Amino acid sequence: MFTELNSILNTTPDSFTQGEFVLLSDRQSDASFLIHHFLSLYLRARCRVWFVGLVQSFNHYSAISQRLGVSLTQAKEKGQLVFLEGLKESLSVLIPEDTDPGSQAMDFLRDPAVGLKSLYEFVRSSATSSAVGKHEEAEEKWGPPVLLVDDLSVLLSLGVSVGAVLDFSHYCRATVCSQLQGNMVMLSRCDGGEEEDDGDDEGSERLLKGLTHQCSLTLHVQGLPTGYCRDIHGQVEVCWRRRQGDGHHTQKKLFQYKVHDKGASFFAPGTSSAVL
Amino acid sequence: MAAPMSAVGKPSAERSPFNTTSFQKKTRTKLISIPGTRPSVQNGQLLVSTGVTSLDYLLGGGLAVGTVLLIEEDRYDSYSRMILKYFLAEGVVCRHELFVAAAQDNPDDILQELPAPILDDIAIHKPVEQPRLSCEPQDSLDAMKIAWRYQNLPKVQSALASSSRFGHYYDVSKTMEPEIRQAAKCHHFYLPEHPTQSSPAHSTMLESYSALLKSLQEVINREGFDVAAPMSKSRNILRIGLHSLGSALWGDDLSCHDNPKNGHALTTFLYGLRALLRSSLSVAVVTLPSHLIQDRALMGSITRLCDNAIALESFKGSERETNPLYKDYHGLLHVRQVPHLNCLASKLPDHKDLAFKLKRKQFSIERLHLPPDLSETVSRVSRGELAGAATVASACGSGSSGNKHLDF
Repeated sequence: MFTELNSILNTTPDSFTQGEFVLLSDRQSDASFLIHHFLSLYLRARCRVWFVGLVQSFNHYSAISQRLGVSLTQAKEKGQLVFLEGLKESLSVLIPEDTDPGSQAMDFLRDPAVGLKSLYEFVRSSATSSAVGKHEEAEEKWGPPVLLVDDLSVLLSLGVSVGAVLDFSHYCRATVCSQLQGNMVMLSRCDGGEEEDDGDDEGSERLLKGLTHQCSLTLHVQGLPTGYCRDIHGQVEVCWRRRQGDGHHTQKKLFQYKVHDKGASFFAPGTSSAVL
Repeated sequence: MAAPMSAVGKPSAERSPFNTTSFQKKTRTKLISIPGTRPSVQNGQLLVSTGVTSLDYLLGGGLAVGTVLLIEEDRYDSYSRMILKYFLAEGVVCRHELFVAAAQDNPDDILQELPAPILDDIAIHKPVEQPRLSCEPQDSLDAMKIAWRYQNLPKVQSALASSSRFGHYYDVSKTMEPEIRQAAKCHHFYLPEHPTQSSPAHSTMLESYSALLKSLQEVINREGFDVAAPMSKSRNILRIGLHSLGSALWGDDLSCHDNPKNGHALTTFLYGLRALLRSSLSVAVVTLPSHLIQDRALMGSITRLCDNAIALESFKGSERETNPLYKDYHGLLHVRQVPHLNCLASKLPDHKDLAFKLKRKQFSIERLHLPPDLSETVSRVSRGELAGAATVASACGSGSSGNKHLDF
């Protein structure tokens, strides 16, 4: 959890707006540090968290969360965190064995044309069952549910179509954000192309546009336009999209950032401590 | 200078008698027990050497176990192949197990070309050690006297290197002796020898890739490289070298068409490879003919599925070969991606302008810098200036004054 980012977004573990869909995206840079921020933020806020980790192993997320002061293994044991480890699940599908049919959630690997229905079923069933379970047990009072996905563009690499991914995110939004009044954070990474819209519909570009339309807050990470720098790792564009009355109201802010060992600092452009 | 170097190079068993104090540095003994590895300074990750010292430095000390290094081949695949051979040779010397897969050359041919290790550290330690005391004063006498203020300045060093030595040195002009090579346990995967059974179960992956993935998993399970395997015997590292993935010989059409039919085959394979590596004590180097792949977006997603990625751009055959600017180098090296495994901040390199060169015996990566300008025009101008200065001096001697050459 980066406190500077919290003050920018006006959230704390105790108070945050519900029903939000936060989109993290990057271009020629790496936005995955933001996923760790949201993971530790919502775990501290005592939300129930579903984490679909497709890119890295559980150990990776756990090691970083440890540095940010949150223990994933404990959260998992308490039932606060449900972790779907994509790498582990995929192996039994990619190298089929006769005995083990593999997990249902990663069914799309067998035939990408089917779409992400099985993955959505996994999210929906665990989300709704826990909502029921909460009323019955009432021993641990968890906050609103949160779904985190790291990251959607891996699905494209595995052969899933853009339309299927957009369907998945839309269904998740309907279930998590609207029905259960929870939050959703998704990461989508874009390929190096510098806005060269010359007719060919690149998958990740199209995905990013579709997701931007759905979400209520975007954090877009880019490298510095002036090139590589050791002390400033890039810039984040924060964009709020609020529906106020009849018109859309968007507000944009630009920050530069630097990732440290145990966090990240955000500052206004040109005010890096290395420059001043 | 020789003393600290020899202490570093010595195996830990030799040092243990001196280590009698009860205060011992807390280390994870499980990690130390594998030869040829060391924990990372930054995040405690277990590292192995790539065999190229400067590349190790560039990657933050070495390759982390469980990760993939992607090398984008240069046009003639000569330097990328050399890095792959360095990586395998380091595995032979450290007695790691090897897994070599190729579609073009037989893996045996690649193994026969491994560079010969320079095993000086074993041979040279012994004679150096006893006369060290007598040597040192002599050294100080022989040392050239320089002004004291320059004494503590570090030597200017353009080659990238870390302070302590990790890995071995190799002589690329010779090949490794067969007896050293055969001591290492090596698994082969040569695609033409592998009968590819058509498996309609998953449509995204090609048969060649799924056969490779399956044989990798077999080796990992059989030889006990799995992290979850019982710790019965001493652990070892599996080094995986995959040559020219994505080329047409693997049955892939990435490099042949603009819109490849099985465009997700390689990315799916790399995803499966990552899944395998993360749960085992193995490390992989993959080379890829990226100049044949037109689709930059696809290249981006391939890069993101590997942990480290570097690209080699050789001057061979290009007009840069004859450019005096680059006469010291054989090509440029681009760092496409640095790993951020188990840590938030990845260690970014200081410079992005890097070049590589192949010396007579050694491959090294250096910072790109311009050579001093000693071209003909410059020297002629300075000679003219000198002549002018000489006339001024003589004019000054004769007592006349007022010459435009004196104006600065």
